[in-house]
Amino acid sequence: MSASAVSCHAVARPGDAAVATAYRTVAVVGPPNSGKTTLFNRLTRLRQKVGNFPGVTVEHHTGYVRDSEGHEVALIDLPGVYSLSPKSEDEKVAVDVLTGQMAGTPRPDAIILVLNSTNLHSHLVLAARVIALGTPTLVLLNMADELRKQGGHVDVLSLARQLGTPVALVSATTGEGIVAVDNFLNSTAASPEPLELPVVGSTRGYREWAVRVGENAKYRRPATPVWTQRLDSVFLHHVWGPIIFVLVVVSIFQMIFAVGQAPSNAIQRFLDVVGTWVAAYLPTGIFSSLIINGVLKGVGSVLVFLPQILLLFLVIGILEDSGYLSRAAVIADRTMSRVGLNGKSFIPLLSAYACAVPAIMATRTIESKRDRIATILIAPFMTCSARLPVYTMVIAAFLPDHRLFGPFLGTRAVAMLGLYVLGFLMAVSTARLLKSTILKSKDAPFILEMPPYRWPTAQGLGLRLLDRGKAFLYRAGTIIMLVTLLLWAATNFPLHRGQPPEVQNSVVARMGHAIEPVIRPLGFDWKIGVGLVTSIAAREVIIATLGTLHGLDPESQASDLQAALRHELTPAAAVALLVFFAFAMQCMSTIAVVRRETNGWKWPALQFGYMTVVAYVAALAAYNIVGHFVR
Amino acid sequence: MIFNFMFGRHKKERNRNASALSDLRVGESAIVSDLKLSPVVAEHLMNLGILPGLEVTVARSGPGGDPRVYRVEGTEIAMRRDVSRHIHVELLGAPAFGD
Repeated sequence: MSASAVSCHAVARPGDAAVATAYRTVAVVGPPNSGKTTLFNRLTRLRQKVGNFPGVTVEHHTGYVRDSEGHEVALIDLPGVYSLSPKSEDEKVAVDVLTGQMAGTPRPDAIILVLNSTNLHSHLVLAARVIALGTPTLVLLNMADELRKQGGHVDVLSLARQLGTPVALVSATTGEGIVAVDNFLNSTAASPEPLELPVVGSTRGYREWAVRVGENAKYRRPATPVWTQRLDSVFLHHVWGPIIFVLVVVSIFQMIFAVGQAPSNAIQRFLDVVGTWVAAYLPTGIFSSLIINGVLKGVGSVLVFLPQILLLFLVIGILEDSGYLSRAAVIADRTMSRVGLNGKSFIPLLSAYACAVPAIMATRTIESKRDRIATILIAPFMTCSARLPVYTMVIAAFLPDHRLFGPFLGTRAVAMLGLYVLGFLMAVSTARLLKSTILKSKDAPFILEMPPYRWPTAQGLGLRLLDRGKAFLYRAGTIIMLVTLLLWAATNFPLHRGQPPEVQNSVVARMGHAIEPVIRPLGFDWKIGVGLVTSIAAREVIIATLGTLHGLDPESQASDLQAALRHELTPAAAVALLVFFAFAMQCMSTIAVVRRETNGWKWPALQFGYMTVVAYVAALAAYNIVGHFVR
Repeated sequence: MIFNFMFGRHKKERNRNASALSDLRVGESAIVSDLKLSPVVAEHLMNLGILPGLEVTVARSGPGGDPRVYRVEGTEIAMRRDVSRHIHVELLGAPAFGD
């Protein structure tokens, strides 16, 4: 109680009157692990929108609050930074926004600086740099509850006097002291009047200043929470640590793979029902085909990813907010360092075994830009669930299922396993290649702050899910929808007497014929070519396409298609097809998400090109080598 | 590089007063004396609190001994040996002569 009373006094500045606010744009700044995002979410709740600053991959949220007069104030949540020396992309963005040099963003009228009160000496360094800008600033010392609980102390009034800004002790999780923000937004603009700022120069000088300011404010650092110590002695234990890590990893995998599948299937079934319903009401023709095979299929291909994305982000949110993700990174680091990546890439790469789309979105937890891009680029090599139907069909058509070792392992299972290994090996080699060439990062070693363990909050998790879900639906969903409609048009044009043509006369068939000379060396004919084109929508689409091309009845398609494939492909060409699917980026959703996450077409274009070339060369090699032995 | 490494090891055997952070055992503390790292990495470490003059404790070791978690002023930081062996420290209790 007394702490919040102190914070109110500290915010009330001499001469404060109820004057209309001058603040329209307020930047929220703070170091990583200061609880800045939690605070931002508490202040703005659902009134947020996401955007990218022009030309950089750094994303930012803008939220809106109202002051007492009812005027809208835009809060810009800047990336977490330790200093304002523009060495990293995040820091450059923060500096540019704060000094009004960021195109499209007005210079903020005021700054809310969020610091972690349990780590004040480090965090005050940023305060010195922010206050030196001269913009009206409110300093919030977050995690007041933890500070108190662990026996820490700070004199807020003394700190406010020394920094020359209002200072308040707050807790973003409990809401304690948050009223200080309202008071600040309704106060008159006043530039900070610090007693003393460090001389611009070394970090060491800043730190000495911070310690001096802290000592004057009778700052007593809280003890490290006992629970964090106890949990770490288990989670980082040399035996239990890896065991718990594997258990966590297996349950995440199981969750996306098994639990996420049911809602996806339900969505698919629901859309099928809607499709049947539409078909019953609309006259058969090009228009009903557009609705059912174009629009509904497009909506379906977007929505089926949503359960997996939300589930993965729920789990990652819990891991990250609780603090376990940092420990998992330490455990996985030794293994990941062998391919030139660090521990933070492990969970995204694992998720890619279910689907590359949520995996690529999960790379946000990787701080190093280069490591993040490298992880994004190798993720689609992992054998995702969409490859399985293709693998199953081709393997079943060509490989008799002999038992190899007892009743458990058959030849088909071994072939499947081999394809998993193939994808993994290519991911590893690509990672090594990238990390030793274009994404070489000699200045980003593995250094990671271990936050204390905390309970994740429902609000934090909920907002994160909403945010990720919206980002996927709006930004990636539109591209996926567009490509689906284009593919629909390619399958249904040119019209033949006002009706869609037979598939073999459509634009897509012409595309199949057009690429036939290119894929002929792999042992593929134009029908496989059409399948390769349509499977850009999603890998498994090739099955339905080949079924249609062979004029098969959908009911008996599975077994008949195997026979048709045996007729169409030599065993060597079948191996080439499998290899091609293992390596090619046949997935517009992945392309759309990479574009969205890297904020440009450069990386998805490079990735698509690289993976297609690798797939082609590998398939060509496989066709010739296998063709040499098997005829 | 390799010479530096061997030299560091050699020094550790003879004189435990000055050595690298990576030479400390779990539970031991020392005062940071110098960061022999590129400016960007050194700056990052200093922002996290690994500053000359501050006391660092080896809090715990990850499985396999690398990375390890260090504690400085209540903040815990994990780093690999390839970083910590470039952080020079003075062992506590020993007279600190200027370096």
